[in-house]
Amino acid sequence: MNPLPIHQSGSTRPHVATQEHPLAQVLLIAVAMLFAAVFLLLPLLNVFSQAFSAGWRHYAREVTSPDTVAAIRLTLLVAVIAVPLNTVFGLLAAWTIARFEFRGKALILTLIDMPFAISPVVSGLMLVLLFGTQGVLGGWLQERGWKVVFAPPGMVLATMLVTLPFVARELIPAMQAQGSEQEQAALTLGASGWQTFWRVTLPSVKWGLLYGVILCNARAMGEFGAVSVVSGHITGETDTLPLRVDKLYHEFDPAAPFAVASLLTLLALVTLALKTWLEWREDRDLKRTLAPDEPIAGESRTIGGGEVPPA
Amino acid sequence: MAERRFNPLPGFGLTLGFTVCYLSLVLALPLAALALRCLEISWGEFWKLAFNARALAAYRLTFGASFVAASINAIFGTLLAWVLARYEFPGRRFIDALVDFPFALPTAVAGLTLASLFSSEGWLGRWLVPRGIEGAYSVLGVVIALTFVGLPFSVRTLQPVLASLDRGVEEAAATLGAGRWRTVTQIIAPALAPAVLTGFTLSFARAIGEYGSIVFISGNVPFETEIAPMLIVMRLEAYDYTGAVALAVVLMIISFVLLASINGLERWARRFEET
Repeated sequence: MNPLPIHQSGSTRPHVATQEHPLAQVLLIAVAMLFAAVFLLLPLLNVFSQAFSAGWRHYAREVTSPDTVAAIRLTLLVAVIAVPLNTVFGLLAAWTIARFEFRGKALILTLIDMPFAISPVVSGLMLVLLFGTQGVLGGWLQERGWKVVFAPPGMVLATMLVTLPFVARELIPAMQAQGSEQEQAALTLGASGWQTFWRVTLPSVKWGLLYGVILCNARAMGEFGAVSVVSGHITGETDTLPLRVDKLYHEFDPAAPFAVASLLTLLALVTLALKTWLEWREDRDLKRTLAPDEPIAGESRTIGGGEVPPA
Repeated sequence: MAERRFNPLPGFGLTLGFTVCYLSLVLALPLAALALRCLEISWGEFWKLAFNARALAAYRLTFGASFVAASINAIFGTLLAWVLARYEFPGRRFIDALVDFPFALPTAVAGLTLASLFSSEGWLGRWLVPRGIEGAYSVLGVVIALTFVGLPFSVRTLQPVLASLDRGVEEAAATLGAGRWRTVTQIIAPALAPAVLTGFTLSFARAIGEYGSIVFISGNVPFETEIAPMLIVMRLEAYDYTGAVALAVVLMIISFVLLASINGLERWARRFEET
């Protein structure tokens, strides 16, 4: 009925029939950016604006106060234990799931996903029921004088539980996509199992692994619900940074919780920067594998903008 | 099973053993503690604890606000993903990177900053509160916080699908005489629908368990702005473990049903990939 698109393609207005009206485009961009401003940009800027609302000196005093420093220390301690353990778990779980067929695989996958579906508060509750004084193991622990919940060990366990899926969830699809042909070749050529793992498997999934570790770390340092339930809420002892924010929020100084929150926001920004950098590197690696002869520099990433090459 | 005999890769026993042990210690043992505690409760008592008026009000708010937030994300998240994928404009990459901000930001900070943003002295509340829009310490505040935490799930689920859409199909539709509106609604929208649904479900599931941000923004008034995870914490703080367990079990069962439906949706969505 309308032959115009055929004539126009390739001439002065190439994609007019496959694009929205310019006015519609501007309107869509405006609405999307307004949404992004309200829900992304303003919350970010507001943290720093509020944190410095009482002046630099006040900010510096709050950030370096002994209770905040203790919270930083505990936050780091929790992450330093929980993240490596979940990374080792992620690697081994991905190896067993992506490389072998066995009965019960679906069950293990469901279990790995489960912490995503459990409210963090419920995760904390489960640990209280297990290790608390009324709990299943409570009496046994009490006899030995071991305190798990309402103390740092419980907070580490809660963080491990909540961040369990992150590394495994990134690595399993990456290793499945990679396939095991290269590893089998390495083994056939005489490499040991460890050599194959370190030199073949790990380099091929390194971006996925780093990505998972970064996300796991961000969540581990920022976890609130689960850790709040199993924390003893003792200032200077069992407060992580998010718990410190909560505590300061209920005190009289309105700038104080934002000063501590700004540290966590910086962590989030570093996480975002690392994540963006990783995606860029992975993208570059992928392009290099697909077209090794073409120069990489100067290439711009086009999402959906380029033509799809014929299959 | 026959495949396993020919698999020359080492480490099956070690990795499977470690995986099962780790999962048992970190996850299955605490889950069992919850199940054991739940089995001690009689049906009548469970019913009274899990479905009393205050609990019902909390579920209603949790699921209602989560549903509204996930719907907002399904609409505006889809729009944002579309705009980021298809149009060139200044700041596009910056906003694209910022989409993951709610995912990277600790939820406590999210609640803190959103509450201050929408309170009567905040940057947005200054304009909205005099016009009767209370974005903090209200049901709307709960919706705002849940929209914030769910946003990356909608956008990120959609982006790879948008990137892999075959532009040739759109060109074919245009060549065959379809207007842009018709191409969008009849060619692009059906292709995106499964991903939008998956994003909706992920965002919804994330919202149901959310606690950290809500503590700061909702005001936590029983029967009005008290979400189910908040009520669990209240019961715990009063050492009413039985009451907390009953609520937790109800919340968890619904979350698992959701998780199962996500997996079902993804299987359904994958059918379209091969065509």
